[in-house]
Amino acid sequence: MDLTIIQIILVVIIAFLAGIEGILDEFQFHQPILACTLIGLVTGNLIPCLILGGTLQLLALGWANIGAAVAPDAALASVASAIILVLSGRGEAGVDAAIAIAIPLAVAGLLLTIIVRTIATALVHLMDKAAKEGNIRAIEFWHVVAIILQGLRIAIPAALIMAIGAGPVRELLQAMPDWLTDGLAVGGGMVVAVGFAMVINMMATKEVWPFFAIGFVLATIPSITLLGFGGIGVALALIYLALSKQGGSGNGGGGNTGDPLGDIIEDY
Amino acid sequence: MAQEMKLTKRDRIAIWWRSTFIQGSWNYERMQNGGWAYAMIPAIKRLYKSKEDRAAALERHLEFFNTHPYVASPIIGVTLALEEERSSGVPVDDAAIQGVKVGMMGPLAGIGDPTFWFTVRPILGALAASLALTGNILGPILYFVLWNLIRMGFKWYTQELGYKAGAKITDDMSGGLLQDVTKGASILGMFVLGALVNRWVNVAFTPVVSRVQLDEGAYIDWDSLPAGAEGIRTALEQQAAGLSLSQYDVTTLQDNLDGFIPGLSGLLITLLCMWLLRKKVSPITMILGLFVVGIVFHVLGIM
Repeated sequence: MDLTIIQIILVVIIAFLAGIEGILDEFQFHQPILACTLIGLVTGNLIPCLILGGTLQLLALGWANIGAAVAPDAALASVASAIILVLSGRGEAGVDAAIAIAIPLAVAGLLLTIIVRTIATALVHLMDKAAKEGNIRAIEFWHVVAIILQGLRIAIPAALIMAIGAGPVRELLQAMPDWLTDGLAVGGGMVVAVGFAMVINMMATKEVWPFFAIGFVLATIPSITLLGFGGIGVALALIYLALSKQGGSGNGGGGNTGDPLGDIIEDY
Repeated sequence: MAQEMKLTKRDRIAIWWRSTFIQGSWNYERMQNGGWAYAMIPAIKRLYKSKEDRAAALERHLEFFNTHPYVASPIIGVTLALEEERSSGVPVDDAAIQGVKVGMMGPLAGIGDPTFWFTVRPILGALAASLALTGNILGPILYFVLWNLIRMGFKWYTQELGYKAGAKITDDMSGGLLQDVTKGASILGMFVLGALVNRWVNVAFTPVVSRVQLDEGAYIDWDSLPAGAEGIRTALEQQAAGLSLSQYDVTTLQDNLDGFIPGLSGLLITLLCMWLLRKKVSPITMILGLFVVGIVFHVLGIM
């Protein structure tokens, strides 16, 4: 479908916000569930984009900027794939293909954010100069410039995709053969494992593995909803904390770093 | 220099709001330093009036800083208390302020990363995604509202805590409550992850039958089942396990695997991914690899 001028402007604004949040990580506009849904909302494709956002969100569960390491960029992946989904005009049927497109975009976004973070190094030197003069306004100015650059990092690619227009995007997607799109759907069912694996690797200790097992087994009961799991999980945590205090022993510091399953995986 | 200077509540709210942008000028040289200075500006304006004092304060706060963006708040609080003392004549030198910042940022990042990035966000994200996948708009709304309530509340409360506790906060943070929260969060996180791995890692091996697309929800396609008792067993298992959430009809190999426990193949793939991650394989490589595997296996008729 073709977008009106107002829709294009709104999408660019959303892309700009997503780019800013990609670095700030505060309001979370860069997370697929928000970025895709917002783009769906302003372009009249709410439900397909909502489903795209939900699917991508599962993929991106473990993506986080830790220290100086940069995670795959959820902002560009969600914004660009949502725009492509909208332009393709295929609705829910186009979600799988849009996801497959999102992954390389996450890498491209990562490269873009590295570039902007390098530019910010130069901006900080301008701040140093301003600090020597006690010039508060200038420091604020350069900080805002850095934030705007991060916004443009996503807004410009988003505008470019829309400038190319719906025609080429649709042709590209329709040129994809069935075996490719179906195969991508099969792959899409598995790739969420990567996100889960990242999160588990961060949290796993000897102490908490049993809770993983309980959750896994209970999940075979289809009538327990995710909210239900939240309830059981909170209860389990509270019970465990209360009991480990009563016991008084076995909970000393330093003993919790073991990870037997992790060791098995390691040795394998 | 001698007269008592105090930060007003309005100053602290302004600083709290500005701390939202602490990562804005994140750079490879001193990381969050620009954002940190930006957040401290209302305090610098309030506490220091001469140009020289302001210049010194700005330079002091442009030093290297990096932590999880939310747990920066308690550090900001403590630093505010220290700056307040310094401006009213107490000899707090630059090294002490920088020492507190550096001393707190490491351990607190160690709490912030697993708590926010690896527990709260995945759980909220998964909850929201599960709603979104059914076309329910409440998913993203819930995600946005809950996350930002938690975030803003946490940042304000801990900044105030740091401000009041001053330099003593580091003791406070290593106290029992925070440890409990961290541990409780990881228990909840692992529990929910176990459920998610089972529910959402979709693997369906289809070695025998050609792919049969389901419509009208997940009904069992009797024609494609093996003959005789085996077919009945398969059908009953499918029904009992609530399978067929994938759009393809599942076949013998998958059912055999599910005979152990439904979701086993998803679990194995997750464990494989964990192993690869520990071998320093990049997540992006793995994701692309899984897509390639999906396409190849699909073309070969294995999946």
